[in-house]
Amino acid sequence: MDAERNALANGWEPRIVAFFCNWCTYAAADLAGTSRLKYPPNARVIRVMCSGRVDPQFVVEAFARGADGVLIGGCHPGDCHYMEGNYKTMRRVTLLRRVLRAMGIQDARLRLEWISASEGEKVARVISEMVEAIRAIGPLNLPAQRAGWDAELEHAAARAAPAAAAGGER
Amino acid sequence: MPQNAKPQVAFYWCASCGGCEEAVVDLAEDILGVVEAVDIAFWPVALDFKRSDLESSPDGSIAAAFINGAIRTSEQEEMAHLLRAKAQFLIAFGACAQLGGIPALANLWDRAAIFETVYETAASVTNAEGIHPQTSIPVNGDRLTLPAFRNTVRALDQVVEVDYYLPGCPPTPTVIKDAVGAILSGNLPPKGSVLAPDVALCEQCPLKETKPEQLLLREFKRPHEVMIDPKTCLLAQGIICLGPATRGGCEALCPKAHMPCTGCFGPTARVLDVGAKMASALASMVDASEPQAAEAILATIPDPVGTFYRYSLATSRLRRRLTETAATPAAGRVR
Repeated sequence: MDAERNALANGWEPRIVAFFCNWCTYAAADLAGTSRLKYPPNARVIRVMCSGRVDPQFVVEAFARGADGVLIGGCHPGDCHYMEGNYKTMRRVTLLRRVLRAMGIQDARLRLEWISASEGEKVARVISEMVEAIRAIGPLNLPAQRAGWDAELEHAAARAAPAAAAGGER
Repeated sequence: MPQNAKPQVAFYWCASCGGCEEAVVDLAEDILGVVEAVDIAFWPVALDFKRSDLESSPDGSIAAAFINGAIRTSEQEEMAHLLRAKAQFLIAFGACAQLGGIPALANLWDRAAIFETVYETAASVTNAEGIHPQTSIPVNGDRLTLPAFRNTVRALDQVVEVDYYLPGCPPTPTVIKDAVGAILSGNLPPKGSVLAPDVALCEQCPLKETKPEQLLLREFKRPHEVMIDPKTCLLAQGIICLGPATRGGCEALCPKAHMPCTGCFGPTARVLDVGAKMASALASMVDASEPQAAEAILATIPDPVGTFYRYSLATSRLRRRLTETAATPAAGRVR
């Protein structure tokens, strides 16, 4: 596994899925762009109406599909366009973090930040920091890990044609 | 198979507690109706069948095979493939076969850690030589074999193709009867369906009316810590009830007995990951606007993974604990 990781690490770039709320953080990312701020291109931004729309299911799905990190950006407390969506996000991330920790996923892979529409430089800083933090801990690459786990199945290849698979060595 | 013969069915268990087998017997008098309608071709728990009986029957000769239990060993994997080949319909019977079930909570550890605990460090174990089970060992010039113990516990459909799922720990008599009826009459939903209503348990719960529109909780309690009020929604009492994220069809047996739902019927079709969904629902109920306060309230949930993924860890999006944190050296490698 370690050798596999090292091989992956050659030419590997952190992949971050970033959920940004429409009213604050997405606008800040826009500002970062129009202000020509430089930051690494590793974050794939998904615009959601509110950080409260980010179901913890989205986070585990992002990891399951190969994200190395997930960043959630919302309005500062008290500034939510929908009054309290960001408070819900904060509570959900608090609980989700405990679940992820128990599942062996490091804290650095999930980050929650409050970034207002005027904080373009914070978008650039947070993404840069997160890319560096994830670069330091290496790839997560769950799809490859899953394939590694399933290598222990004797009939993995036969799954598509189960009729051929009776018997096998003991 | 002669023209007038009854359809053949098979039952088999894998990594399970035996409760699903009990559930078949729990059909009580109705089991006579089932026996009337079908021939049992294979049911090692109850009747004297051997693997060779199954191997010698033609492929596809069994109308329906019901497998309960998760897949942990190489033998269970082989039997799953064998039954898949012999059966027209393969049915995952119960939470372990459908979702991984309680055995899949072992996916929080790996084989090395489990063997170490079970065969060495457990308080009741004396094993000075540190002997672990081997898959093959020579004895007096002969060779004894044991099935291999896999590193990861799997649901049935992570090993073979499954046609239908019967949820529950164990499936209730109603769910079983309906399913058997549907199979015998050929009146089946699309392949891959869960044979139970696709609504959240809350919808069928007799305490539904007492669930407040907005719940705000400052503490989560476990059933043994409180006197449960039998007339009030368990969540409103601060008890973690998985009703909101769990499929109905169980007739709300646990809430009716004043116990919270632990999620054995698995997710509704709209839920992608039970644990994450339940974490989402519960965290929304936390009455805190500061991270520290939220953390303190959520700390009253001692085991989030064991609570939210009690029956579904194997089929969760993450499937098993990763080893990248290397927190415990024994749980070091995933293969």
